[in-house]
Amino acid sequence: MAEEKDRKVKAEPAKEAVEEKEEAVDFDQFVEVRKIKERFPEAIEDLKYFRGELTIRVKKDFLIDVCKLLRDDEDTRYNFLTEVIGVHYPDREKPFEVVYHLYSVPFAKRVRLKVWLAEDEEVESVCCVWDSANWYERETYDMFGIRFANHPDLRRILLPEDWEGFPLRKDYPLEGPPGYREKWLKEHLPNYNKL
Amino acid sequence: MAVKDEKQFKELFAKGTSLGKVEEDVMREAFKTQDLWVNMGPQHPSTHGVLRLILALQGERIVDMEVVIGYLHRGTEKLGEFKTYHQFIPLTDRLDYIAANAMNHGYVVAVEKLAEIEVPERAEYIRVLMAELSRISSHLLWLATHALDIGAMTVFLYCFREREMILDLFEMATGGRLTTTYFRIGGVADDLPEGFIDKCKEFCEIFPERVKDYDDLLYKNRIWLSRTVNIAKISAEKGLSLGLSGPSIRGSGVNWDLRRSNPYSVYDKLDFEVAVFDGCDVYARYLVRRKEMLESCKIVKQCLEWLEKNPGPVRAKVPKVFKPPVGEVYAAVEAPKGELGYYIVSDGSTRPYRIKIRAPSFANLMSLPEMCKGHLVADVIAAIGSIDIVLGEVDR
Repeated sequence: MAEEKDRKVKAEPAKEAVEEKEEAVDFDQFVEVRKIKERFPEAIEDLKYFRGELTIRVKKDFLIDVCKLLRDDEDTRYNFLTEVIGVHYPDREKPFEVVYHLYSVPFAKRVRLKVWLAEDEEVESVCCVWDSANWYERETYDMFGIRFANHPDLRRILLPEDWEGFPLRKDYPLEGPPGYREKWLKEHLPNYNKL
Repeated sequence: MAVKDEKQFKELFAKGTSLGKVEEDVMREAFKTQDLWVNMGPQHPSTHGVLRLILALQGERIVDMEVVIGYLHRGTEKLGEFKTYHQFIPLTDRLDYIAANAMNHGYVVAVEKLAEIEVPERAEYIRVLMAELSRISSHLLWLATHALDIGAMTVFLYCFREREMILDLFEMATGGRLTTTYFRIGGVADDLPEGFIDKCKEFCEIFPERVKDYDDLLYKNRIWLSRTVNIAKISAEKGLSLGLSGPSIRGSGVNWDLRRSNPYSVYDKLDFEVAVFDGCDVYARYLVRRKEMLESCKIVKQCLEWLEKNPGPVRAKVPKVFKPPVGEVYAAVEAPKGELGYYIVSDGSTRPYRIKIRAPSFANLMSLPEMCKGHLVADVIAAIGSIDIVLGEVDR
């Protein structure tokens, strides 16, 4: 970390330097990786270490098992779910990425879990592991249309319930689809233009 | 005498027989009681913005509650994908407009982590100074409105008097009072103006005395105690599971402050105590914030002492066309309301590919139904006040 801090920013992104750094990391030094490998040898798909943050990409069928393991194990105890995030990569074969940030209050450290999803795939809700996943997953559904299986109450949370489309997808225009605003106003506020 | 069923009850009632202790179930059956659904907000003054609650009541007790949010949704995350890294800073001000500096702080820390920018030490001290002043100002506004909701009018006027002093300081340094936009990637916009340090020191001298004024009004006030003690209790485990962070969880006895557990900026060089109380109720959360104001004042003093002795640059050289490397980072700071985090995905261009704001109020609001169940309607007001939400941040 100290070496990383010493390097100053340049106008050009330092791609090669970062990749070199990634290759040099021995992932077995992380207790989270060791524990998951021990219990669920097939769960891990990919590992990354960038700017002092560990990212574990897991197979979606193992998500709940891995979450429960990380929460309950004496050496990890990730008892706080910080957030659930959706990211949309339209060019990939599996365009959706669901990111889970976990925080361990006793050990004061973080880990990031990832799941990749195809367009029509569902991922199991982690509400059974942390109650706070309820609203985070609702927000992710609201913004990306990612469905979470066995979620207690999967509805829109920030947008109106009759909203069409999922705004944070990359193919959704910044100001909404053309004509949508006028249509919405006409339906909901018929006197809007007469004021 | 005990009543067996509705028919018997009606017969007895018709005869005019006086009843002894009537079993609650039978009474309920006879009178056909049902849950009453009451809508609260979004224009209710005690919901601190546009929060809407749907309460299910059994008499005046709350049996269920649904929280409806989104009235202030402005799509900040989507906007962020269409702005450059520098342009996004003013938008962060508008999240928690009570403590704009703290919102800026989280964002710049995340971008600097992504691009590995080294910030001059003086800039870090100025940032901490501003963030702590924001914390005091945020907690003052919280105390003022929270007490006002519960019925203590005088505290409101006292708190706003001191908050005004902080806002004047902000105006002096940044030109803005609420949305200051003072932080920049790699430092702060400008050095502190002449006379700022003296004026700030004056504030630090006065402030602890003023906290005693608030204590005279609230600390052992019988009405305040009966409205706050044992109200809206939440255990540490349940709170953590529901995503509660910041002063609200510290009121449940969890010693977790990101300034201490994962230090950023120069917090590891500063001397302060983490305020932890284990009452789990509204009163404990009041005690936590009250102590935090005093601790923040101590931090401000230390920063001022350092800043007086050490002149220097306040901004690292960051190109105007700023392209961070490809990658993703998450950085969190301790905002006045709890853990504020920014998750930034960069694709190497001038704009973030995805920017996600982990707003503390959004997560804290989730535990409101858990806190309120079984309490009276009037206690909902106390509970909302005690978790200190700002709807700008909840809805983003």
